[in-house]
Amino acid sequence: MSRATREAYRDSLLPLLHRHPELICLDSDTGLFNAAYAEEAGEQYLNLGIAEHNLMGIAAGLAACGRVPFVNTMAAFAASRALEAIKIDIAYNRLPVRIMATHGGLAAGHLGPTHQALEDLAVMRVLPGMTVVVPADAAATEAFVEQSLGLGGPLYVRLGRKPTPPLPLAPAPVIGRAQTLRQGGDVVLAGCGPYPVLACLAAADALAGEGIEATVLNMHTLRPFDTETLVAAARPASLVVTIEEHWCHGGLGGAVAETLAEAAPTRVLRLGVPDQFVTEVGNHEHLVAHYDLTAERLVRTVHSALSPAAR
Amino acid sequence: MTSTRARRQSTLELVAARIRAHVVDMCAGPEGGHLGGALSSADILAALYFSVLNVDPQRTDDPDRDRFVLSKGHAAVGLYAALAERGYFPVEELTTYGRPGSRLMGHPVRAVPGVELPTGSLGHGLALGCGFALAHRYAGRDARTFVLLGDGELQEGSVWEAAIAAASLRLERLTVIVDRNGLQLTGATDGIAPLEPLADRWRSFGWAVRDVAGHDPDELARHLDAGPWEPGRPSVLIARTVKGRGLPFLEGRSSSHYVTLSPRNHARAVRALRTTEDAG
Ligand SMILES: Cc1ncc(C[n+]2csc(CCOP(=O)(O)OP(=O)(O)O)c2C)c(N)n1
Ligand SMILES: [Mg+2]
Repeated sequence: MSRATREAYRDSLLPLLHRHPELICLDSDTGLFNAAYAEEAGEQYLNLGIAEHNLMGIAAGLAACGRVPFVNTMAAFAASRALEAIKIDIAYNRLPVRIMATHGGLAAGHLGPTHQALEDLAVMRVLPGMTVVVPADAAATEAFVEQSLGLGGPLYVRLGRKPTPPLPLAPAPVIGRAQTLRQGGDVVLAGCGPYPVLACLAAADALAGEGIEATVLNMHTLRPFDTETLVAAARPASLVVTIEEHWCHGGLGGAVAETLAEAAPTRVLRLGVPDQFVTEVGNHEHLVAHYDLTAERLVRTVHSALSPAAR
Repeated sequence: MTSTRARRQSTLELVAARIRAHVVDMCAGPEGGHLGGALSSADILAALYFSVLNVDPQRTDDPDRDRFVLSKGHAAVGLYAALAERGYFPVEELTTYGRPGSRLMGHPVRAVPGVELPTGSLGHGLALGCGFALAHRYAGRDARTFVLLGDGELQEGSVWEAAIAAASLRLERLTVIVDRNGLQLTGATDGIAPLEPLADRWRSFGWAVRDVAGHDPDELARHLDAGPWEPGRPSVLIARTVKGRGLPFLEGRSSSHYVTLSPRNHARAVRALRTTEDAG
C-alpha cells in the first residue's frame, strides 16, 4: 500500500518516545503532528515555532545533556537555512540529533524551488560524522527509525510528503549497507528514494528482456557509503547508471563517481534534476516525469552507452 | 432584489471581494492552496495594489516603481489575484494555478509579472525590503518599499536582524505590514510563541508603529499612503486580521491554513463570500 514516509516515521516514533524517555520530538510548526499526538507524547513533544536555526541549536544543547532529539522541518530548510547550526553545533560536536527532513527531492511539487530540496544530500554527506539515509518506502523508514537508537552521531533522514508506493519484498534495509535488489553482470543501476529505486527495478526488467542483465542497488545510505557492495557490483559491469531526485552534482551520483574513480574505475552516468532551479509547475509525479527520472530514461541511457557507436 | 445594504461598498472593498473570490477558486484546484492566510491578507493587498503602490503593470521594470515583497510567500494565491486584478496578466490565467504548464507556482516566482523576488521560505522578505529601500536611497529615488509579514513568520530570527538593520539605516521609506491573524500552521501563534506586546517590541527596535483593525482596506490605505509616520524611522502597520476571513466555516481556525476545497466546499465558500459581501 502506498504510504508517505513522513507519516510512517511519525507513527513509528510515538511508541519509541514511550519506551525511551531520553528521546524528544522537536517541531518547527510543520503540521505533521496533531494535538492528540502532542498530548500522547507529553513533555517529549515541543513545538518551538517557525525558527529552524534555533531548532537545531536547541537540539544540540539538549543532545549535549544526554537527550536524543528528533528535529522536524522540511529538507530545504534543514539543508540550507539551518545548515550552520547543523554543521557547527551538531556535527562538529558529534551529537546524536536526528534530523527528520520532509519534502525531500521533488516531493514539494508545485510549492516550488523554495520548498524543493535538490541540494540536501550533497550538503549533508560532506559533513564529517553525519549519517545520511534516504528510505525508499515506509517499511525502510520504520527500520531506520528503530536502528537510529543504536547510532552515536548525528543522522539525516530524507523523507517525502505524499504517499509513495512500497518496494516489492526485499531484505530489510540496514543503515550503512546498500541493498542489492537484483543481480546481473552487465550494468549496475543505483538509485535512492522511492521513485528512483522503483525506476531501477522496472528498467532492469525491461533490459533483461533484451538480454542485458542489471544489478540494482538501493543505495539508501549516502554516508557512511557502502563502497564494498558498490565496487563488487561494478567490477564485472561495463557501466554504472545512477538516478536520484537531486541536482546532478554531489548527491548519490557524485558519491558513486568519486568512489569508483578511486576504487574501481568504471564508466558512471548520473541522472538527476538538471543543473538549474525548477521552473516547471506540477505535483511530485508530474515533476518526476517532466525531468524524466524514469525507467524509460534508464533504459535509453543504457542503450546509448552500450551501443557499438558509443563503445 | 431585497438586499438591504447599509452602504455601498467602496472600490477597495470590491477589489478585496474579487481577490477573495479568485483565492477560493484557486484553492479548489487540484493542488489546493494557502487559503486562510491569503484571505486574511486580501484587504491589505487590495489597499496596496489599488491605492498605495505607485506601480504601472505595463512598465514592470520602471526603476522608480514602488517595491512590494510578499514575505509570507505562501499567500501567493492572494498576490496572484491582486496582480491579475491590477492588470499584470489576464485574470483567466488564475485558473492555471498549480497546474502543469502554468507559471503560477505555490509560492511567488519571478516568471510572474509583478513579482519582484521569489519568496516562500519564511523570514527572507524584510532583508530584501531593506535592500530595495537602500538602493532607492542611493539612487536618490523617492520610491517606497512595502513588505508583508505573517505573524508566525516573526518567530524567524532573520526578521529581527533585518528590523535592526532597517532602524539603524534609518530606512524611513520602508514599511512593514504584519498580518496579525493570530494563527500559524499548527495553531495559535500566542500558544506556540507569544508575541505580545507586539507593538512595543517593534517600537523598542526603533520603528514607528501603528496597531489597527486589518479588514477595512480604505482605512489601511489611509495609513499606508501617509508615510513615513516618524521622520528617520521605518514604519510597521500591525493589521489585526482574521485567518480565513470571509468564510465563516473556516474563520479563525488553523485548519484554514492549507486547503484543497472539495467541489461541495467550494460552492459553500462561493455562497459565503456572496453573503458577506451583501452584508457589507
Ligand atoms: C522557513 C520556513 N519554515 C516553515 C515554513 C512552512 N510554513 C509555511 S506557512 C507557515 C505558517 C506561517 O504562519 P504565519 O506567518 O502566521 O502566516 P499566516 O497565518 O498569515 O498564513 C509555515 C510554518 C516555511 N514556508 N518557511
Ligand atoms: Mg498568522
